[in-house]
Amino acid sequence: MSGLGDGLIDLAAVAVLAVAVAGLWRRDVRALVGLLRLQGWALALVAAVAAVRGRDVGLGVTAALVLVVKAGVVPVLLGRVARRDPGAREGAPLINVPASLVIAAALVALAVVVGAPLHALDPTASTALAPLGLATVLTGYLLLVTRRRALSQVVGLLVIDNGIALTTFLLTSGVPLIVELGGTLDVLLVVVVIRALLGTMRARFGGIDLDGLSELRD
Amino acid sequence: MSGSLLSAVQVLLVAVGGLLLTGVMAKVRARAEGRVGAPVTQPLREVAKWLTRESPRAGGASVLAAVPYVLLVTTGLAAAVVPLAGVVTAGSSGADVLIAVFLLLTGSLALALGGLATGTAFGGMGASRAMTLSALTEPALLVGLAALAVPQRSMDLATILRRAVAHPAGMASPSHVLAIASLLVVVIAETGRLPVDNPSTHLELTMIHEAMVLEYGGRDWALLSLGQAMRLGLLFSLLATLAVPWGVATSGAALPVLAGVVLLGAKSVVLATGVALIEVRSAKLRLFRVPELLAAAFVLAILAVVVGVVAR
Repeated sequence: MSGLGDGLIDLAAVAVLAVAVAGLWRRDVRALVGLLRLQGWALALVAAVAAVRGRDVGLGVTAALVLVVKAGVVPVLLGRVARRDPGAREGAPLINVPASLVIAAALVALAVVVGAPLHALDPTASTALAPLGLATVLTGYLLLVTRRRALSQVVGLLVIDNGIALTTFLLTSGVPLIVELGGTLDVLLVVVVIRALLGTMRARFGGIDLDGLSELRD
Repeated sequence: MSGSLLSAVQVLLVAVGGLLLTGVMAKVRARAEGRVGAPVTQPLREVAKWLTRESPRAGGASVLAAVPYVLLVTTGLAAAVVPLAGVVTAGSSGADVLIAVFLLLTGSLALALGGLATGTAFGGMGASRAMTLSALTEPALLVGLAALAVPQRSMDLATILRRAVAHPAGMASPSHVLAIASLLVVVIAETGRLPVDNPSTHLELTMIHEAMVLEYGGRDWALLSLGQAMRLGLLFSLLATLAVPWGVATSGAALPVLAGVVLLGAKSVVLATGVALIEVRSAKLRLFRVPELLAAAFVLAILAVVVGVVAR
């Protein structure tokens, strides 16, 4: 069982990071939402395996919460926003796609360097994977700062959140349920608010390209 | 069976198998598109036919004449040293990852020089594009192979395969999966298949590979086609072997080697069918989008290395 569990955690943690990197590659905004859903599934799998392995009911509830919110509600809400302007694409990100992919590779290397001391503190198989969580956070930041569409920036924000969650699952086998609950509700709230904001933006300006909002006009 | 005999078998296998794989891919495409398609042996027959013709040569004839031989020799050498059907080949200790990549790259370089030699617009364009893409593909190929080498603690392909056969659980590791995914993209780019390059077009402004070889005819063309088919056969069978190292003969006895040869053929045909189905389903990428795909393959390979180091 432990062998299988280790293998599953490995695969799921890598999937979280790989999906984040794929987010840098895809331009179609709707594909980004699909990737976010996939990331939610992988994250829930990490939590679930950690819960089963630690016989931790609280962590099990967290896993279910992650599954419902990050693989269910949030992608559905964002998917509705995305469906309103079909064919929305990340036309010209601030840093072009090949360059941002290469930067992502450098960020992953940075995360490994930064994460090594964490592993030294508590050398288990699970903390060894913590750099993957850190790399996901950094990739999320990259997505957040280089994209022009509001929706892709939201996806970047959520990738950061998923990265933080992955890091906590791997380092400490999850934070207490109440903290996770608070964090998840925050994310949900952010998504609801941003969704309302995007709706208003579209009603006022007819699009959600943030570059059009850089100067004031009467 | 001695190592050098196995090497000879592998070269023959890659040459005939490469031509047959090209035929299989064309057949799969045709069937998927609702056509009957040419028989699988069609590329073999074409090469045999062109071998009997004389070769017309344009300007830069000496380079033009040399290119097919350089391609054939480097690819044949790579097929001889790289372990495919078994790890008892003559160059067992010399089948370094870097050597295999170097031999393949020498072939690409020869092709590009041949494209430039005639001084035609198409040749130069194709050569420039091929070299640009090659500069992006090689890092991904090297890092992807390094990702497979890291867990086995060796850059020697024979050692990598021997250890992979001994520990088949490594095949399901995330690092292995990522590395193979990256290498698949690299192989598609290196063999000039869709969505990177379209092997079945001529005289289109988008073509890469075909633009370099437009000026060849007759016997030169036959040798060049053979060289390209060998390259395809080598890359496909190497990828199939690295992805699923089952059945690779680890001893020189006749029976395991025979089983290795048969299994290698089966794995390569499965891989070729898969790639052909990808081709049917995808459109050619715009040239300026191809670097994005190759950069993605490069990052996948980097991830594979990192994960291989981290998740141990």
